[in-house]
Amino acid sequence: MNLLEIINLTTHFQTPDGIVQAVDKIDLSIREKETFGLIGETGCGKTVIGLTIMRLLPPTATVGGEILYNGKNLLEVSETGMRKIRGEEIAIILQNPTTSLNPVLKVGEQIAEAIRLHQGLNKHDAKKKAIEMLDSVRISSPSRRANEYPHKFSGGMKQRVMIAMGLACDPSFIIADEPTKGLDVTIKAQIVELMKEMTEHKAMLLITHDLGVAAEMCDRIALMYAGELVEYAPLDEIFEKPLHPYTIGFLNSLPKKGLVPIPGMSPSLINFPDGCRFHSRCDYATGECKQKHPDMVEMGNGHFVRCFHARS
Amino acid sequence: MFNYVLKRILQLIPALLIVSVASFSIIYFAPGDPAETICTGPDGNTNPESVEKFRIEMGLDKPLHTQYLIWLNNVVHGDLGYSFRSEKPVFEHIITAFKATLKLSIVSLVVSLIIAVPLGILSAIRQNSLIDVSCMVGASLGVSMPNFWLGLLLMLLFGVYLHWLPVAGYGAGGDIEHIILPAITLGTGSAAVTARLMRSSMLEALGQDYIQTARAKGVPEQVVIGKHALKNALIPVVTMVGLNFGYLLNGSVVVETIFGWPGLGSLIVDSINMRDYMMVQGCMIFVAVLFVAVNMIVDISYKYIDPRIHYGAA
Repeated sequence: MNLLEIINLTTHFQTPDGIVQAVDKIDLSIREKETFGLIGETGCGKTVIGLTIMRLLPPTATVGGEILYNGKNLLEVSETGMRKIRGEEIAIILQNPTTSLNPVLKVGEQIAEAIRLHQGLNKHDAKKKAIEMLDSVRISSPSRRANEYPHKFSGGMKQRVMIAMGLACDPSFIIADEPTKGLDVTIKAQIVELMKEMTEHKAMLLITHDLGVAAEMCDRIALMYAGELVEYAPLDEIFEKPLHPYTIGFLNSLPKKGLVPIPGMSPSLINFPDGCRFHSRCDYATGECKQKHPDMVEMGNGHFVRCFHARS
Repeated sequence: MFNYVLKRILQLIPALLIVSVASFSIIYFAPGDPAETICTGPDGNTNPESVEKFRIEMGLDKPLHTQYLIWLNNVVHGDLGYSFRSEKPVFEHIITAFKATLKLSIVSLVVSLIIAVPLGILSAIRQNSLIDVSCMVGASLGVSMPNFWLGLLLMLLFGVYLHWLPVAGYGAGGDIEHIILPAITLGTGSAAVTARLMRSSMLEALGQDYIQTARAKGVPEQVVIGKHALKNALIPVVTMVGLNFGYLLNGSVVVETIFGWPGLGSLIVDSINMRDYMMVQGCMIFVAVLFVAVNMIVDISYKYIDPRIHYGAA
């Protein structure tokens, strides 16, 4: 059963330089209790997908398509209805914990706020619950820490606070946007462990550019390039039988594979090149790739790819 | 905290010495002589004998540095001296004038905050709307319009044509009728600056990631603005309002003069005109202490509005 189904989703931004097509005709579905990894390089539009689901986009954005959550189209829910869903049913753990916590509010209060709003607890009980949440993300002496301000927390601790805040109202679906960005290796491993443990029975969309983290946590993985999905498949398939040249390039750029970079730059999201968006950086590109835009095709085993040469 | 305040008070000492030396010498070298000014009779004639007697009585015959040291010694002992004119203690005059100024400053501050804070917030959340544009045009006008001109226009409209309010004066101890016009004159000027700052710091706060976090929790928009953004946006505004209040407390010379408000500003100008040395010196020291004290209170208040600031023992 699909908990979340995204159909033909487009998110465009009006800017002085033109229309930025950050998300372009994306289809994807997330099953209950599944962790779905969305991977791509910076600026490919993966964060925008998360914000579009939460309807947290600036007024310059226009959204098309459907986002079905439990069969209900989130794009048609009223703003008041959406406020009830945010934090209670769907939570987002935003990137950059350092800037995502309000510097002038106590950490405990920031967690308790969502609990008060959605669960109707009074100030005292909400605070108690917030302290329990801090304890569950392994912050030591949580009742003291709850009364401190974010500047007294280290980067890893702030990320734990963000996780506690996201999970405070026990949402059934979590969007985690780069939860391990900017953390050093040991802290990163701890956060991955913590997230795995805390979201075991929940569905999650994990947005990251870190394949290692994705390999640890995800059941299925999608690769995003220049506003569209180029390949998605169960985790093992991606690592064992990558089909799209971009995926292969991405895997080869891992440190243990020798850090081979993909040559060239991602295209601008304002003017896409004709044909396949990846052709200028692709070793296998032919005349067809320069003229025609490939469709997503199924290769069996739930493995989809957007490439003319995938079968060869 | 105690150490911090103590340090700030110690820093005040050199500042006060410099202020007093500067004002002492400036008024000394300025043309005009208090003895002659005061001993001039209604007929315009001066009696050289009484002028000389006055000089010796007041110690004005001594060299400048001796005069300064005598004055300094008295000040250290808590004595600001006597006015040449009224022969009453300088301190008494200053306190009376300060009460009038304080009253006007507080009302002006309230006027400016009532105008500036809501308009600044409204302009920020409706950025580039008609409300925003008209507020900011109004603010630019408010900044560029000279105080005295606005004061005279208000006086003309409400005092002369409409007869709603007294034109000028202090009334019975600075009553509400007399305070309205000068307070609006002073308040609108600082409201214009405050509104602009309120708008820009609110816009900055609204663009921060933590606002997104608050919205993602399902926090209603009024709370996002009124709590999450405002608490951050007020930090720079408090600084400016504090400094502004410091200036208001020192007495606005122009506005006090045109409205005949017997505050510190008028007192200083009158004393300078009469070459009332003791009075000028006393006022200068008082104003300097006041200014530093207000700044210190603003700095200390940061600790309460911005938890990242901490005044340690160091």
